[in-house]
Amino acid sequence: MTVHARHGSTRHGDASDGASMEAVGGRLSRVDGPAKITGAARYAVEQQLEGLAYAALVESTIASGKVRAIDTTRAEAAPGVLKVLTPDTIISLRTASDWFGTPPPDKPYCPLARDITFSGQHVAAVIAETFEQAVAAAALVEVGYDETPAIVDLSDGKAGDGIPIDAMTKEWGDAAAAFAAAPVRICAAYNTPREYQAPMEPHGLIARWEGDHLTVWEPSQWLDGMARTYAEWFEVPFENVRLISPYIGGGFGSKALALSHGAVAASAAKMLGRPVRLVMTRPQTFTGYGGRAATRQTVTIGAGHDGVIQSIVHRGVNETSIDGMWVEPLGSVTSIMYATPNFSSKQNVVRVNSVVPGAMRAPGENPSAFGIESAIDELAYEVGIDPLEIRLRNYAEQDPHAKKAWSTRQLREAFATGAERFGWARRSPEPRSMRDGNHLIGWGVAAGTYPVRRAYGEAVVRILADGSVEVESSSIDMGQGTYTILAQTAAETVGVSAEDVVVKLGDSRFPRAGVTGGSRLAGVMTGAVHKAATSALDQLVGLAISDPRSPFNTLQANTLTVANGRITAPRGDGPDVSIAELLRRVGRDQIEATGDTMPANSSAEDRYRNYTTIAMSLPHTEGDYSRHSWCAHFVEVRVDEDFGTVRVSRVVSALDSGRLYNPKLAESQWKGGIIMGIGQALLEEGILDRRHGRIVNNNLADYLVPTNADIPDIETISVGIPDLHSSVLGGKGVGELAIVGIAPAIANAVFHATGKRVRDLPITLEKLI
Amino acid sequence: MRDFSYLRATSPDAARQAAALPGAMLLAGGTTLIDLAKCGVAEPDALVDITHLKGLDAIEVTERGATIGALARMGHVADHADIKSQFPAVSEALWQAASAQIRNMATIGGNLMQRTRCPYFRDPSNFSACNKRQPGSGCSAIGGVTRGHAVLGTSQACIAMYPGDLATALVAFDATVHLGDRRVPVDEFFLLPGTTPDKEHAIEPGEMITAIEIPSSIAARRSTYLKVRDRQSYEFAAASAAVGLELEADGRTIRTLRVALGGVATKPWRAHAVEAALKGKALEPEAVRAASLLAVEGAVDHGANHYKIELAPRVVARAILKLGEAA
Repeated sequence: MTVHARHGSTRHGDASDGASMEAVGGRLSRVDGPAKITGAARYAVEQQLEGLAYAALVESTIASGKVRAIDTTRAEAAPGVLKVLTPDTIISLRTASDWFGTPPPDKPYCPLARDITFSGQHVAAVIAETFEQAVAAAALVEVGYDETPAIVDLSDGKAGDGIPIDAMTKEWGDAAAAFAAAPVRICAAYNTPREYQAPMEPHGLIARWEGDHLTVWEPSQWLDGMARTYAEWFEVPFENVRLISPYIGGGFGSKALALSHGAVAASAAKMLGRPVRLVMTRPQTFTGYGGRAATRQTVTIGAGHDGVIQSIVHRGVNETSIDGMWVEPLGSVTSIMYATPNFSSKQNVVRVNSVVPGAMRAPGENPSAFGIESAIDELAYEVGIDPLEIRLRNYAEQDPHAKKAWSTRQLREAFATGAERFGWARRSPEPRSMRDGNHLIGWGVAAGTYPVRRAYGEAVVRILADGSVEVESSSIDMGQGTYTILAQTAAETVGVSAEDVVVKLGDSRFPRAGVTGGSRLAGVMTGAVHKAATSALDQLVGLAISDPRSPFNTLQANTLTVANGRITAPRGDGPDVSIAELLRRVGRDQIEATGDTMPANSSAEDRYRNYTTIAMSLPHTEGDYSRHSWCAHFVEVRVDEDFGTVRVSRVVSALDSGRLYNPKLAESQWKGGIIMGIGQALLEEGILDRRHGRIVNNNLADYLVPTNADIPDIETISVGIPDLHSSVLGGKGVGELAIVGIAPAIANAVFHATGKRVRDLPITLEKLI
Repeated sequence: MRDFSYLRATSPDAARQAAALPGAMLLAGGTTLIDLAKCGVAEPDALVDITHLKGLDAIEVTERGATIGALARMGHVADHADIKSQFPAVSEALWQAASAQIRNMATIGGNLMQRTRCPYFRDPSNFSACNKRQPGSGCSAIGGVTRGHAVLGTSQACIAMYPGDLATALVAFDATVHLGDRRVPVDEFFLLPGTTPDKEHAIEPGEMITAIEIPSSIAARRSTYLKVRDRQSYEFAAASAAVGLELEADGRTIRTLRVALGGVATKPWRAHAVEAALKGKALEPEAVRAASLLAVEGAVDHGANHYKIELAPRVVARAILKLGEAA
């Protein structure tokens, strides 16, 4: 449980849609900020528990084969060691359902592997009295292997063409024939490497059993979903598992699921009868769970000499693991960004000896955009049309795939506003035509999009005796601003200052929430809090009107006004009392209301499914509309002609996320996505030793993410309008949108600067030298 | 857990003696040692802490040169006014190294002793073969991921790149390392891997770096350190050059040129051939570029690090021309 009251906050900034700073739409600073910057915020594994023991993982050093034997003699004899867990000695768990809630096969689950399918797989764990003892003893565990040849990556000769994923096939018209008949044809292959979320806070947890009740302190993007998995693993009722996740030091998709290291720690805690802490080392965060899958795409476009697209044929492949399935939907942007009468997209997945890939900021849309937004840039040069103009010529007036109207699509406005602010009209069209000393200067544009993922949420809002308001939800804040916008929502709805709202998140005992992923949480939870707060307000006003002890009782009013924590008659002709005063007079110590956005008559099972799986998420094309966020990025790069080094010197992005609940926080998320996109474009790549099937740059000195020095001033401009088809309050997704399209915008700018088209990320200096 | 003893040395002599014992290591800023201990490469039995020893952190700059105590912090040296004016390449090499936090902790002596970033060297649990760690065990890097490995000074036993910036500037300006009373030119202090890559420095048990000394010169005063890297900060060099220039009175003929390379060799790499080729020549772009190619004479790549052979001469040429423009 975490509490954020606001005291002495700095007041500045404006409200973008005319609201006060503290209301929805205001630029309130993050209410969890002071706790984080003063160190007062206590993260999951920082809990101090009596009798805590420490776990350290032992990982496979081969990519493929079998564990022949594990010799734990030396480790067990090491000082402080309590237990060494191996596949033979760890307790047996049951296989859990997946995140769709698909009933699992009835078979045991062992989080320590005998069959090795990737390098870095957990094979054993040491539990000791101290962290240092556990780490030292883990190095003494001797694992013998029978090694077999590994399929190291997509380019491995043994990898093959992979498995067709029919659900990814999207086709209309006759794409092949139209391509063959098109007067202008381009065809190119675009590759993205393995990329990693690299959150500042590594994964880890503390697990504690009390009888058959399990408490897990763990950074989590989805308390209810992870609690479900733990409950199924250990065959205890869902209600017996409590997940606590007060703060999260970055997730980017990687902290949404219970993972095998969690099963190891919770098993150890059960076996020892002591709470156990397990924190991954930084290298383990590269193999303990999946980053973004490596992808390959081929994009062919047939067009007229006027640049109008007649056909798009798209083929994609992504890596998955030997025994897991991850589909990175590579045709997601390809199929909706541009109008085309003929289209074909198909995708395969290829099994390789890697950890199963996972969600990473804008899974699917991110690499998909790198393909199509690079390809249309290539088409622009081929036909000699400005890269911005060609995008407008092929503007999709409706969803070309779903054949439905857009709920809102402010992409034309994004192009216009971004171009204006960037000064696009001054661009010299020829590659290598802009220069400053040794620097070739390039200007590039690309668009991005992300679907509006919708689900249902639940919240409790209480109006307390002192007139303050309390909000509870098992949703989480991983830095995106949930604490803040929910305080704003409750404050505006009830009619109090945001300073008088306390938001409690990150405890699965609170009213439930689905996954914080796919940029859905803000839309879901502002809706739920708005509903609960409206209900609490109705109760408050009802009491004030009808309770005989209320000073408003004699007024005969139909309604009352609540603002700034005070209750007044609508025409100001009656009493003026504080909420606290009213509650005192009517003898109530609080008003409580639960609100959820579930359909009426939802069963308990529906609710459980909604909050613990993604099975009930609403399709973005449900009903009459197709719902997406949109953006246009304008990027300037400076490429040193001799050295091949690329530095981004300017970014202007215009974005349509619908209504912004808090523009300051939305801008911060957009900028975070843009920065992450700069890293993806120029720096990030898991580098494989092909002999060992192992990522060797598994640390933050060698896996490069951008530093402050790599990031220029970034200008973000909101061009969104409220979209009530997308959410209760009119917002669309924010968190993932802005990374989509940054990498192709940079690659396009690099082409403009140098005349070299780089189709393999990242764009490192040796590709340009 | 792995226990080790910790000793706060009371004098330089006591420190040297304590550190001479088998398994003992000196501890200064700790930025390299703690890192290597975490990844299982350094497993000292005893640490001899010298950080509080008096008189080893002085920075003195006279007409003859600079003497920098072994315990001076990288950050202090980088910001020292006389170092900046008399040895700009030294200051620039330091402030482009590591991060501000590391520069505030790391000492000059420790900086010289920093070890390679070779990922195979740094991961003993996954890669048992490393001649630098375990003589005779082989080299995991050859045939593996080599993008950051050396193209100059390599041997069949080791291709690990020397990652430091400061020593590249020091070798360009003929600095010497003080090991108590013994003086060793920096160029001789760093050893080529040859068949003994485990032996990286000309320092014997019982010796300790006490200072470095950089002689003054006109070329050192007119010097620069150019570092090219994948990202703009907190990153090792893809290729770097420390260059110093002294022109004849005509303002265009090269009297003295000093050139050293970083990020491309197994040790800080003095490029005498470039210096000799341009001595007495006019400072012209074409001539400079042509001569700079000599910087990578004899270079051998291992695939992914081939770009360094292309890049290094361009970095050298840019640095020389930049100094020339600053006339």
